[in-house]
Amino acid sequence: MNSNREELRIGFYVCHCGHNIAATVDCAEVARYVGTLPHVALSREYKYMCSDPGQELIQQDIREHKLNRVVVASCSPLLHEHTFRGATEAGGLNPFYFHMVNIREHNSWVHTDRKEATEKAKALAQAAIERVAHHKALEVKRVKIHADVLVVGGGIAGIHAAMTMANAGKKVYLVEREPTIGGHMAKFDKTFPTLDCAACILTPKMSEVGNHPNITLWTYSEVTKVDGYVGNYKVTVKHKPRYIVEDACVGCMECIDACVYKTPKFEDEFNEGLGKRKPVFIPFPQATPQVVIIDPETCLNLKTGKCKKTCVEACADRMAIDFTQKETFDEIEVGTMIVATGFKTFDAKRVPAYGYGIYPNVYTALEVERLVNASGPTGGEVITRDGRHPKSIGIIHCVGSRDKKTNVWCSRVCCMYSMKLALLLKEHTGAEIYNFYIDIRTPGKGYEEFYNKLLDEGVHFIRGRVGEVTDWAMTPEEEGKLTIRVEDTLAGYVRRIPVDMVVLATGLEPQQDAQDVRRLFNLSCGGEGWFLERHPKLAPVSTFTDGIFIAGGCQGPRDIPDTVAQAGAAAAECLALIDKGYVEQEPNTAFVLAEECSGCKSCIPLCPYTAITFDESSKVAVINEALCKGCGTCVASCPSGSIVQNLFEDDEVFSEIKGVLAYD
Amino acid sequence: MTKEWKPRIVAFFCNWCTYTAADLAGVSRLKYASNVRVIRLMCSGRVDPQFILEALTRGADGVLIGGCHPFDCHYVEGNYKMLRRYQLLKRLLADMGIEDQRVRLEWISAAEGEKVKRVINEMTQQIQALGPLGFPSKVADWDREMTELEHHVTAAAAGGCACGESEMAAAKPEVAHV
Repeated sequence: MNSNREELRIGFYVCHCGHNIAATVDCAEVARYVGTLPHVALSREYKYMCSDPGQELIQQDIREHKLNRVVVASCSPLLHEHTFRGATEAGGLNPFYFHMVNIREHNSWVHTDRKEATEKAKALAQAAIERVAHHKALEVKRVKIHADVLVVGGGIAGIHAAMTMANAGKKVYLVEREPTIGGHMAKFDKTFPTLDCAACILTPKMSEVGNHPNITLWTYSEVTKVDGYVGNYKVTVKHKPRYIVEDACVGCMECIDACVYKTPKFEDEFNEGLGKRKPVFIPFPQATPQVVIIDPETCLNLKTGKCKKTCVEACADRMAIDFTQKETFDEIEVGTMIVATGFKTFDAKRVPAYGYGIYPNVYTALEVERLVNASGPTGGEVITRDGRHPKSIGIIHCVGSRDKKTNVWCSRVCCMYSMKLALLLKEHTGAEIYNFYIDIRTPGKGYEEFYNKLLDEGVHFIRGRVGEVTDWAMTPEEEGKLTIRVEDTLAGYVRRIPVDMVVLATGLEPQQDAQDVRRLFNLSCGGEGWFLERHPKLAPVSTFTDGIFIAGGCQGPRDIPDTVAQAGAAAAECLALIDKGYVEQEPNTAFVLAEECSGCKSCIPLCPYTAITFDESSKVAVINEALCKGCGTCVASCPSGSIVQNLFEDDEVFSEIKGVLAYD
Repeated sequence: MTKEWKPRIVAFFCNWCTYTAADLAGVSRLKYASNVRVIRLMCSGRVDPQFILEALTRGADGVLIGGCHPFDCHYVEGNYKMLRRYQLLKRLLADMGIEDQRVRLEWISAAEGEKVKRVINEMTQQIQALGPLGFPSKVADWDREMTELEHHVTAAAAGGCACGESEMAAAKPEVAHV
């Protein structure tokens, strides 16, 4: 509609953003300067451009002043470009006649000298004025969204997200790499601060997932490949061989009893190595699915081929055991995905001063969760590795958290779970419990009250980072005990406290393979390795890849209520996309000017999406718009300059270069 | 230019990693030199060598290109495509007598706000030490030479083919020592 032949009338707006911009940039001066530039019909400053009156101002000016281009200098386009394009469109212009200048994140927030910041703002604004003159009217493409969803990770986050969407009638694939869903929560004994039994609240949800008609549950499986884009992802899932035909296994566990190993001999992963299992096993009684698994590392038949295969005999005509099973692959199509791959706990051996792995009676918190659990390796009886009932127990907080030598972040849950374990251990053993903490952090509903309850119960709290745990006795009372040496920063002296058992409140860390998962799903990670949300406040479960959401511990340390809330939010985001039915795509795709293409084919191998083909009849390259994702690599390398990228045309970029350098 | 000279650096940042990192630097309120003017592109693979030359020609004292780390490109491998062009362009720039530090390629992920600050400060300092590039006047000189050469050639062609060759030969050294 609007061609370049028509007289250009640019409207320019500089936003104060309260004091965010105005404190560092002289907005009045920027507006004055831009007003002197050619084709600028009006130049204004306003306190909050993104507010309703701010947007209304743009719309009104377009109508009253016959503007045909709009430039707003405010925050990052990643935040509000969409808002202002909307305002431009509401004013009656094509939304792509708008351009945004970032003078907040890239200017007022990072500079202190007002004069310099104002000069930079002028230069950036001038570039936008030069650029917007070359803007073309573009149309937004609509892409249909496949209604199926993939959830990666079967912890409480994945379970909750999958259930929410399945209950809304969507078909959900839930992929978990372990033999059962449940994640970390399944290992916990009780949950703070209500002391609900973790299994009692989790396992009904797990079996619901297992039985839900809308959920396809794939355990012992991993996502190996992700192709496509929002609305139309193609995902390859690898099923690892569990040597059991899942459909045939009824979970009777007769094979486990029949195994040639009469007693469990191998370290039990679910019980953190505190218990033993056989080569054929089920991780825990309520495992979902209720299907056994054979560990090829320890199974005699799989290792040596020489075994009486008593398990096969026991299984009899159910014929669920299949030693020939190989990896299989499934390819599925989904429109949206939720990544809920969780966290791992800090390896306590990285702090050797606390003696984990050196002294048998030093435990990690997760081990103690199993130890106090009624279905744990000791049936809930707290017995130390050397067979004693502890009379005194020390719990050391912040192991692998808030420590420049290991991880700097606060793991958020340790204070609360330490206090929960303190209470449980006290109940189970009647021992004296000492908590060694830096700060007690109880930000949550009922959390501070829980802390007060512990103080009333007579649990000791000693403020100070523990220096070491040692078995070197200095006094007769310390003989045969572990002594915790700590500076009590409230009492103001160094104390030595002998205990029978030490519990290390290990922090939370990103999963070992978080980087691989990140690349697989095209996510970003923060410096610490947690998956990065699109916006920390306003898009906490979205990622930089459209249609992929994150939930739970993979995004950062969080407790169960927050994880569940996030999972629900991620599910809602998926549902919103699915029910809308389509997504609008940024029209930044590239196209070939057929009359100028020399047919050299140099662009064809450059396209990572094989969107470019060679048309043999006309001897020119052709770009398939549906496949093009708009990176512009082909544009930059076309020797004849015959490929154009919408929104980033050569003329637009050149004019921007000219503009930033025009202001001296 | 009577005003006190300050380095002017044009930066091309990819939308997904480096531009976001610069946003993060802002949100984190890191402070860095105000000499860089950022132009946002979807991918570092979109950075046409002509953009860099154009920036220098228009008076930039340095050009910074920011893309995602290897293996992290939002578009699979645009950053590698940029790297290839960059290697070639650097040799050309060296031949033109443009110092190495003036054109720089950096991989900066969305989480590396600190790196944005460090790179910008470093580059500003280095270019401050090198002084103005003054490329526009050089380009103007080259343009003038080209025009003169063109005149010589056309004049020679008009004058006849035998003496035309000798005129061409005479014109060459003149170009070389300017």
